Amino acid sequence: MEATAAIPAWRANLATIGALMSRAKNELLRVPGAAIPGVLAPTIFFLGLNGVFGALTQLRGFSTGSYESFIVPISMLQGAGFTGAAAGVNLARDIEQGWLDRLLVSPAPRWVLLAGTVLSASARSLIPATFVLAIALLLGAGWPGIDGLLVTYFMVAAMAAVAACWGSMLALRFKSQSAAPLMQAGMMALILTTTAYAPLALLQGWLQDIARINPVTQVVEAARQGFVGEVSWAETWPGLLALAGLLAILGALALREMRRTAA
Amino acid sequence: MSELATNLRVVWALGMRSIRQTFRRPQLMAPIVVFPTILLAIQTGGAGGAVNLPGFPPVQSFLQFMLAGAMMQSLMLAGNSGGIALAVDIEMGFTDRLFAAPISRYTIVLGRLAGTAALGLFAALWFLAIGLVFGAHIEGGVPGALLAIALVTATAMAVGGIGAAIALRTGSASVVQGLFPLVLVVLFLSSAFFPVELMIEPAQTIAEYNPLSFVVEGVREPIISGINASDTADALLAIAGIVVLGLVLSARALRHRLRVG
Repeated sequence: MEATAAIPAWRANLATIGALMSRAKNELLRVPGAAIPGVLAPTIFFLGLNGVFGALTQLRGFSTGSYESFIVPISMLQGAGFTGAAAGVNLARDIEQGWLDRLLVSPAPRWVLLAGTVLSASARSLIPATFVLAIALLLGAGWPGIDGLLVTYFMVAAMAAVAACWGSMLALRFKSQSAAPLMQAGMMALILTTTAYAPLALLQGWLQDIARINPVTQVVEAARQGFVGEVSWAETWPGLLALAGLLAILGALALREMRRTAA
Repeated sequence: MSELATNLRVVWALGMRSIRQTFRRPQLMAPIVVFPTILLAIQTGGAGGAVNLPGFPPVQSFLQFMLAGAMMQSLMLAGNSGGIALAVDIEMGFTDRLFAAPISRYTIVLGRLAGTAALGLFAALWFLAIGLVFGAHIEGGVPGALLAIALVTATAMAVGGIGAAIALRTGSASVVQGLFPLVLVVLFLSSAFFPVELMIEPAQTIAEYNPLSFVVEGVREPIISGINASDTADALLAIAGIVVLGLVLSARALRHRLRVG
C-alpha cells in the first residue's frame, strides 16, 4: 500500500483558515439579518452626525467644506469596529457552546484559529464600509480617487482585524457574551477619541491631547486623506505603522489568552 | 389590605426586580450609562468649538449644552432596555406566571415602567453629577436641577411605555432589540445634540416637529439659562402625548397578549 504524502504545514494552516472563513461566510449567508446591525449602526451615525454637526465646517481651520467627506471615513472605520467586536461576540458564543473546545483539541496551531476569526472580520467589514460609502457618495461626499479608495479600504479591513483581536482577547478572557459591551465600547472609544469630529486644532484640550497620542488618529487621517485632499505617502505610512503596532500588541494578547484557554 | 395597597406592593416588587436585573447585566447597563457617557465626553471634546458658531445659543460651555442630550440618550435606551427585559420575561414564561397570579394585569406593566422611571432618575443624577464635576453650571440652581430630574424621570417612564407595548405585542426580545437603531434615529433627528437652527436640512425640519425636541428644550433650559415656563409647558405637553401613546399601545398590546397567551 502506498503511503499518503504528508500535507505541508503551511498548506494545512491555510486550509484551516479558509475553512474558518468559510464558516463565517456561511453564517452571513444563512442569517443575513445578523449583518444588518453592523451595517445600520454606522450608516445611522453617518447620517445623524452629518445632519447634526454639518455646520462645524464653518469653523475656521476645517480642511474641507463638506462634512460628508470629512465624516465618511470615520463611519467606515466605525463599521469595521462594530464588525470586529461582533467577531469577538461570536467567539464568546462559540466558547459558551463548546465549539472552541473542539477546535482546541485539533492539531491546528493556535495562531491559525485566531487568524480565521480575524481575517473573517476583515473581509466582513467591507460590507458596511461599502454601504456607508455608497450613501455618502449619493449625498455628495467627494470621490476620493482610486488610490484614496484603496487606502481607505485597506485601513478599514486592517482596523476590523484590530477590533477582532481586541474582541477575541476579551471573549477568551471572560468566556461570556456578557463582555460584548466592553468589546464595543473599547472600539468606540478608540476610534472616536481621534480627529473623528473635527481637525486636531479644533478639538478641546483633553481630547486634543488624547487624539495626539492615540495611534488610531493616524489611521483616521490616512483613511480620510483622499476624501479631503490628495493621497500621499507621508499621510499613509503613519497609519500603516499604527495598524501594524496595534495588530502586533492586540494579536499577541489574544494569542496569549487562547493559549491560556487551551492550557 | 386594600386593593390599591396590594397593587402598589406589586408595582414596587416588580420595579425593584427590574432595577436589579439591569444592574446585574452589563449588556443592559452599558447602553444606559457607558455609551452615553463616552459619547458625551467625545462629542463635547470633538465638537466643542461649535459654541463659537454664529447662532449658537449663549452657553457657559458645550458640556453644559450637551447634558440634556446625554440624559435623553440614556433614558431612550433605558426605555428600550426595559422593553427587551419584558420581552425576555415573556419568552421565558415569567409573564405567564404573573398573569396567572391574583393581581391586576396593569401592575405587571406598571412595575416595569416604575423600574424604567427609576433608571431615568439615575441617568439624570449621573449626568448632572458628571456636569458638575467637570465644571458645568446649573443656571436654574437647585429648582432647575430638580425640574430637569423630574422631566427626565417622567420621560423615561413615558418612553418605557412604548417599549413595553412593543414587547407585549411581539413577545420577542430580538424585535425590541432591533429598535435600537430607531432610537438613535429619533435622537439624531431632535435637538438633543445641537441647536435646531444650526442643523442641516432635512434634519432641521424634522427636529423642529419631533416631540423629543420639546422635552430636550424643557430639560436644557433650566441647565443653560434658568427655568422657562413656556419651555417647561411644551415639555410637559410632549411628555403627556408620549404617555398617552404609550398607554393606548400598551393597553391594546396587553389585551392582545392575554388573548394569544
